[in-house]
Amino acid sequence: MADILKRNKALSVNPLKASQPIGGSLATLGFNRAMPMLHGSQGCTAFAKVFFVRHFREPIPLQSTAMDQGSSVMGADENVREGIKTIAAKSRPTLITILTTGLAETQGCDVQRNVREFREANPEFADVAVVAVNTPDFTGSVETGYAATLTEIIRAVVPYAKEAGTYPGKRKRQVNVLVSYMLTPGDLEALRDILEQFQLRPVFVPDLSDSLDGCLTDEDFSPVTIGGTLLSEMATLGDSLATVVIGPSLIKAAELLAEKTGVPNHFLDHLYGLKANDALISVLAAISGQVVPERIERQRAQLQDAMLDTHFMLGQLRIAIAADADLLNAFVDLVQEMGGDVVAAVTSCNVPLLTRIPVDSIKIGDLEDMELIGKANKVQLVIGNSHATDTAERLGVPILRAGFPLYDIIGGYQLTRIGYRGTRQTLFDLANLVINFSHEEIPVYRSVYAQKPATELTDYPLSCH
Amino acid sequence: MKSTKDIAALLDEPACEHNKKEKSGCAKPKPGASAGGCAFDGAQIALLPIADVAHIVHGPIACAGSSWDNRGTRSSGADLYRIGMTTDLTEQDIVMGRAEKRLFHAIKQAIDTYHPPAVFIYNTCVPALIGDDIKAVCKSAEERWGVPVVPIDSAGFYGTKNLGNRIAGDAMVDYVIGTRDPDPLPATIKTNSKVHDVNLIGEYNIAGEFWHVLPLLDELGLRVLCTLSGDARFREVQTMHKAEVNMMVCSKAMVNVARKLQKNYGTPWFEGSFYGITDTSQALRDFAKSLNDVDLTTRTEALILREETRVRKELEPWKVRLKNKRVLLFTGGVKSWSVISALQDLGMVVVATGTKKSTEEDKARIRELMGEDTVMIDDGSPRALLKIVHDYKADILIAGGRNMYTALKAKIPFLDINQEREFGYEGYQGMLELVRQLALTIESPVWKSVRAPAPWKVSADTASFEGQSIRAEVANG
Repeated sequence: MADILKRNKALSVNPLKASQPIGGSLATLGFNRAMPMLHGSQGCTAFAKVFFVRHFREPIPLQSTAMDQGSSVMGADENVREGIKTIAAKSRPTLITILTTGLAETQGCDVQRNVREFREANPEFADVAVVAVNTPDFTGSVETGYAATLTEIIRAVVPYAKEAGTYPGKRKRQVNVLVSYMLTPGDLEALRDILEQFQLRPVFVPDLSDSLDGCLTDEDFSPVTIGGTLLSEMATLGDSLATVVIGPSLIKAAELLAEKTGVPNHFLDHLYGLKANDALISVLAAISGQVVPERIERQRAQLQDAMLDTHFMLGQLRIAIAADADLLNAFVDLVQEMGGDVVAAVTSCNVPLLTRIPVDSIKIGDLEDMELIGKANKVQLVIGNSHATDTAERLGVPILRAGFPLYDIIGGYQLTRIGYRGTRQTLFDLANLVINFSHEEIPVYRSVYAQKPATELTDYPLSCH
Repeated sequence: MKSTKDIAALLDEPACEHNKKEKSGCAKPKPGASAGGCAFDGAQIALLPIADVAHIVHGPIACAGSSWDNRGTRSSGADLYRIGMTTDLTEQDIVMGRAEKRLFHAIKQAIDTYHPPAVFIYNTCVPALIGDDIKAVCKSAEERWGVPVVPIDSAGFYGTKNLGNRIAGDAMVDYVIGTRDPDPLPATIKTNSKVHDVNLIGEYNIAGEFWHVLPLLDELGLRVLCTLSGDARFREVQTMHKAEVNMMVCSKAMVNVARKLQKNYGTPWFEGSFYGITDTSQALRDFAKSLNDVDLTTRTEALILREETRVRKELEPWKVRLKNKRVLLFTGGVKSWSVISALQDLGMVVVATGTKKSTEEDKARIRELMGEDTVMIDDGSPRALLKIVHDYKADILIAGGRNMYTALKAKIPFLDINQEREFGYEGYQGMLELVRQLALTIESPVWKSVRAPAPWKVSADTASFEGQSIRAEVANG
């Protein structure tokens, strides 16, 4: 049971938090031929777009209702309707999400009504799914925005079993997988591989591994996403054997899906570490009725060996983590499974999960908080996004990059940290950081009497740390 | 190449207790059942920490290629020892007799590129076999380039690693020690007490651990002319003959150096260790005793009291965690008893100890420390070690690095105390690092994770590890 330390300063310094519309956009980008539209001023979209372009190094479809001074004061209903119509006419997407920003919410928008009005006025676009979500940036974070958007998409496009005639297990090998923002496209690919080894066919909701995996296509330009979960598949979720839910932030979305379809949920907090993956494999073995494939057993044994090899470096290692709740929880479990100490846990906003993360306290705050708590607790390694690189540098410790955004490395979106294999790589990465950058060496001592060559004092100055 | 007579002379080490025993530390290795290193390995390991020397391995690639930059010793400045150098002899060199010529040019290249104060040449099996006269090459290179070039005739087939240590020590005595007098004391030093000159032989400054001890020696006014060979410089080795006393640290490997310095220069020597509180204090007392300086004795006792009080206080919280934990110690020779006392200082139980390289005197000390029924292990094979770990319910195996993966594969906590390790355990301060590392591995939750079967195999037979995991749980709790 963690003690939640609320924000207690006026200024947020080096923010950890990214906004709800970012999370909502990310969820939308995991669907095929989709287009997120932020309901706000142009800047809201422009910044979000740069955020994703730097992270994924891909063109990112993202639109704006472009509220101006007039509409901000007089009402922006027309902006929403016109925005939807323009996108629908120009790009014929299958899904448009309207994600509100702080500006629109403060003004008092009603995007759900705007969507209804659009529907009535424009029956010619009935085949385009339009989903409005309230994602103001003055509350929540990437995590909550992502979860809320996923919930609303499920509400809008997954039919009730009664109406559609779906029933669980009609598709004998299909499994729905609801995935949290913390899984990268690389993670999803690995997860698909694991499910397929159990002869299961996963439908990822959403599927960033199909839309933002860094893949060259024949089309030279597409205004909407290429790849991602097909909306037509969303209609078949009710026929699946089971739903595997990865990430506590998705509980609400999962419950809604189960309520609509009757497909049973299997909840997993995350897929980092031996225990978490044992749980995944047990679930998959149960769902599929298959024995655990030899290849997976071997990967498990490889991970166990890696745990032994790296426990010398990771045991008692004092680690600071800054991440949204799902990811924070995952890393806390991984670090503790290895005998490391989480001495600073910082997250962006308060969610129910926090109270059951097994650390003494969690600070809701920014990277400055992590820096101060980390410093006070003599942190030896930082886990965080690219913004935390400077923090780590000032602390004089190495950083393992994780979360959003990762703009100072290439291929951050493809890092695979889940599964037995991904966990093994993470342990190696952590241990290498310790060996190369964080190993506490005995400081050089020079005897006052030493007969060392006189030039050595100038040629080999003592290092400063 | 050394003659059989030379080797016999090296094997005859009057200062070594093994000398008259049937089971000698320098016994012939047994084909098919041998694990130790060769004479070249021993010679290189003994001298490589001399940091400003160009160390050239004369031979084909296997000797240097698989061993360079593989040691945890640290330098406070010069770092030439980290540069791997070898003549990398080719088939042509060997067939056409060009190895000596290549060596001569190699020495020039090393001097031209790195300007070392000296060059050490390690002879290996192939050049020894084809009859390279490295002594002559070194001599003419030294004359030609004006830099001391020291031959260390250490072909692997001469014998064991231990013998290699002695060859290295002999080379220092024959070619280096006594070629320069010590510097005068630095003018900045103002002290009322007399400063004594001492040497440490067999101290390798692994992971910088000697820097836990050196400040204490400074404080007592003991000027270390040279440590052979941790963080040493060529010009320091040259002055070793002027010490008032030599300490043989931990290992008997270079006991011939101490004996010859006594014979040639009359320097007394004593044996000691810096592992553990008791032994560190004892070593400091022995310095004072051998130097026969009343003032030094008084100051030494004060320092010991201060340091012991400090470190025992800091150890208290750790002792609670480590108390009654059972240790299987498998190390060579002297380290067995010196580490035992360190572990007993912590309230740990040493259930058995390796004595493969120990002398009768070492064994007597072990019995004194652990009681008469103590288990002494001569068979160091992985299977035998693991059996003892299980039979005696050890919580941890403490041994050299090459046993590490044996232990880990058998899912047994492990602490590395040999030369490749990355942590320093010497002196009072080193005890704190030792307890940290012991607790780190013993208390690690990974043991439970790796011993437990996969959840889909719960019914599988796990009886053999049950005892272990219960203890791991207790440790975690």
